[in-house]
Amino acid sequence: MIRHVRWRYLALRALSPQPVSRGDLTDAVWDAVLRLFGEHGASRANLGLVEHDPDGNRAVLRCPHTALDMVRASLASITEIRGKPVAIHVVGVSGTLKSLREKFP
Amino acid sequence: MKGFGDLNLRLPAGSPRQTETMLRRASELGYRFVGVSLPPRLRVDEVRPLQDLCEGTGIDLVTRLDLRPRTPRELLRDLGHLRRRFEVVAVACASKSVARQAAKDHRVDLLSFPPDPRGRFFDSAEAELASGSSAALEVEMAPLLRLRGVPRIQLLRSLRREVEIAGRFGVALVASSGAVDEYQMRAPQDYAALATLFDLPLPLGLRALSENPWSIVERNRGKLSPDFVAPGIHVVRKR
Repeated sequence: MIRHVRWRYLALRALSPQPVSRGDLTDAVWDAVLRLFGEHGASRANLGLVEHDPDGNRAVLRCPHTALDMVRASLASITEIRGKPVAIHVVGVSGTLKSLREKFP
Repeated sequence: MKGFGDLNLRLPAGSPRQTETMLRRASELGYRFVGVSLPPRLRVDEVRPLQDLCEGTGIDLVTRLDLRPRTPRELLRDLGHLRRRFEVVAVACASKSVARQAAKDHRVDLLSFPPDPRGRFFDSAEAELASGSSAALEVEMAPLLRLRGVPRIQLLRSLRREVEIAGRFGVALVASSGAVDEYQMRAPQDYAALATLFDLPLPLGLRALSENPWSIVERNRGKLSPDFVAPGIHVVRKR
């Protein structure tokens, strides 16, 4: 039987001297997950970038609730994108997009 | 309990602007107290501007001394001279003899080791001594972010072993950032998630960033208070 996936939506804010593009952010996240947890771990992370605002350096990432700690650790381990220093902060986590937007507009 | 704290924020000397940026970032990330390593000969009035900056950002400043003795004798001399001037004393253990002396001395709060696995002397004997003197093992998170590949794998392996030994002997763990700029700073929950990489469960990781460091600060502030007589004895009223 296929089990229902309980998603977690993570509101992210990238601290960087320049705007971070959608592609660069996606690559950086996947690269971090692969480096820390390998291909097996990355396959369980089931990541998806739901929203991205390059001007505010904000984004919303989706992952299954079972992979939340793994994704958080991976995001915390990102220190640079395209040679520029960066820190990805998880502003908040929620079970639905709606409540995420309410709590972290 | 005070909330989350980072006992090792490395603020840049002579750069008030960057200092303020880092303190504001710490406050935004949810920290309520930060430990800042200060020079041993710093006068009380020289700490005042930093204290004012911290107060402005809603953060409680904890004065920290980092000792890097080469011999046990040097450690004893420094502790005798400097212990009562700082709220937290951390010892960077550069040799096994220094590590052993630091672990059994009740004036030492934090045992700190370099990221290189050859320089980490936290074994069962060290943990047994530390559990008797209430020294905590400091886990600095910055090397975990900075290192890549084999060095990070080796560090994770060492930390996993040390966390297991510390748990067996009841030695408290204190996780600290060791951040030198705002890009190396992470929220407590992110550090706790990173700590799961070396098998420290999430609740214990969060405790290593809140209760454990605060209990050290609280204990030492009590001891440094003019009303302190001996452990468990305080002046309540003067005639």
